[in-house]
Amino acid sequence: MTDPFITLRDICRHFQVGDETVHALDHVSLDIHAGDYISVMGPSGSGKSTLLNALGLLDQTNAGSYRLEGRELTTLPEEQRAQVRREKIGFIFQSFHLIPRLSAADNVALPLVLTGMPAAVRKTKVQQALAGLGLQDRADHRPAQLSGGQQQRVAIARATIMQAPLLLADEPTGNLDSHSSAEVIRILEALNAQGITLIVVTHDTDIGKRARRQVRMVDGKVVADEH
Amino acid sequence: MKPQDTLHFSYQALRAYPGRTALILLAMCIGVAAIILLTSLGEGARLYVIGQFQGLGSNLLIVLPGRSETTGGAPPLIGTTPRDLTLDDALALQRSPAIKEVAPIILGAAPVAYESREREVTIMGSTPSLLSARQLELASGQSLPDSNPRVATAVCLLGETVWKELFANRNALGEWVRIGGSRFRVIGVLAGKGQSLGSDMSDMVVIPVASARNLFNAPSLFRIIVTAESQGQLAQATQDIERITRQRHDGENDITIIAQDSLIGTFDNILSALTWALGGIAAISLLVAGILIMNVMLVAVSQRKAEIGLLKALGAPTAQVLRLFLTEATLLASAGGAIGLLLGLGGVLLLNQAVPDFSAQPPLWALIAAVVITFLTGLLFGSIPARQAARLDPVAALSGR
Repeated sequence: MTDPFITLRDICRHFQVGDETVHALDHVSLDIHAGDYISVMGPSGSGKSTLLNALGLLDQTNAGSYRLEGRELTTLPEEQRAQVRREKIGFIFQSFHLIPRLSAADNVALPLVLTGMPAAVRKTKVQQALAGLGLQDRADHRPAQLSGGQQQRVAIARATIMQAPLLLADEPTGNLDSHSSAEVIRILEALNAQGITLIVVTHDTDIGKRARRQVRMVDGKVVADEH
Repeated sequence: MKPQDTLHFSYQALRAYPGRTALILLAMCIGVAAIILLTSLGEGARLYVIGQFQGLGSNLLIVLPGRSETTGGAPPLIGTTPRDLTLDDALALQRSPAIKEVAPIILGAAPVAYESREREVTIMGSTPSLLSARQLELASGQSLPDSNPRVATAVCLLGETVWKELFANRNALGEWVRIGGSRFRVIGVLAGKGQSLGSDMSDMVVIPVASARNLFNAPSLFRIIVTAESQGQLAQATQDIERITRQRHDGENDITIIAQDSLIGTFDNILSALTWALGGIAAISLLVAGILIMNVMLVAVSQRKAEIGLLKALGAPTAQVLRLFLTEATLLASAGGAIGLLLGLGGVLLLNQAVPDFSAQPPLWALIAAVVITFLTGLLFGSIPARQAARLDPVAALSGR
């Protein structure tokens, strides 16, 4: 068997809330292989979002080891963590997090802008990405002029434009109607079929059950891991 | 991230909040315009005063009776002394080879009348040397007689204003006017020179010094104007004046000699300080604008937490977030500064058109300082909010906390 794409060993994350220490992640260990399709489910406060933030290097961990492609990430300085986020990880959020003043195309181009790619190269890439998601005639629209499903598709285009191998989705359908939800899930699964590693945090058991591997969390611990 | 992309991103952010942007621009541009206008006024005043002094002529020395023992500060324009300067003192100065001309001056005021018109006018008693020393020119007629200055002759030169008012532009040469109790024949009219050292040379009548002595019944001179042979001989002329006067005044050095240079220098210093002070006052308004920038940027950072969190999630390094917000602040400050610069210069232009005699102009250092200070204000006051933005925790920022 090949080396796992991601190895988590005894990852701990605790917060101080008043006098109480909340263990959001309590010795979590997971092996994730390239191309996996994983759903993370659990009640509110079970630590599933914290797990996603830790995987996405948005949050610091208190203990444990996180290796991505064999590289230990918990000890990296912030500058290099930013670089890993930029190159290896795409994020999709429940509330889309598009910048309201920028057009759909400019929102999608943002990761490329951050890497310093020339504008001309950016433009063709962005056009391809938008066309791939059926948004070619929405390129100049502001987020406020788009439906929720369209906004989430713009966000997916932004998350995948760097061709990062890991896609993290935090309740990607939480703000969408059933029709748009189905479409977003279809797109995410299509991306997974192309080889991207997809991790979806969700409340929705119907969506969670679609994943090939289903992780259940309670009180910061992994209580079930069904392949 | 390329610099032009950073600039474009910041520009779009500013466009997205037009009210806030306009407010900061206004504050910034008022500050800069104030610096330019106020320093222009100060500089204009300085140039005006220096121009007035230079109107006196360049090789000029002014001899005043009395000695000022204090050093520093402006020289006294009127001294007090037990011993007066006399006409003989003045004529004795002509012995010095370094001295070209000597114009003794007696000053007074008397009613001047022609036919039924009468005016109270400043009367200056002097010699023909006055005209060349103070660079006065005759519009018509001839100068005072170049005869023995001790002899009183009943002739006079009219200033332009006096001539116009008394003669209503008619020919005055050869006519008789009454000054005080005596009659004087008009032999010349001075060309208008306008203001010189605060005294209106056109509103004046010039008569021979001996006649003035009789008219005012005063043997002492108001002052003596001396011109040196050349600028290089000013020092020699000063020495000679002191030496000759001391001989005549029983060995006492009881006169004050003012060189035009030192007068200009003194006023130059005073008025430059005034300009700096005005600039400093205006700079305070820039400081206020800077604090406003800081406040508004702090609000912007807290309003745009989600955006900052997103940028970090997309892999923007801390330094990049810092640069974005600094660029925004600097862009604001610079644009406000540029508008203020135009506004200030426009104001100066208007001012100069409204008051033609007074030429206000912004000193170069003020222009440079205004530009540099606006830039620094943006950097300085933008850095605190920018650092706050860069330090935000991405998880908290994304959830808007």
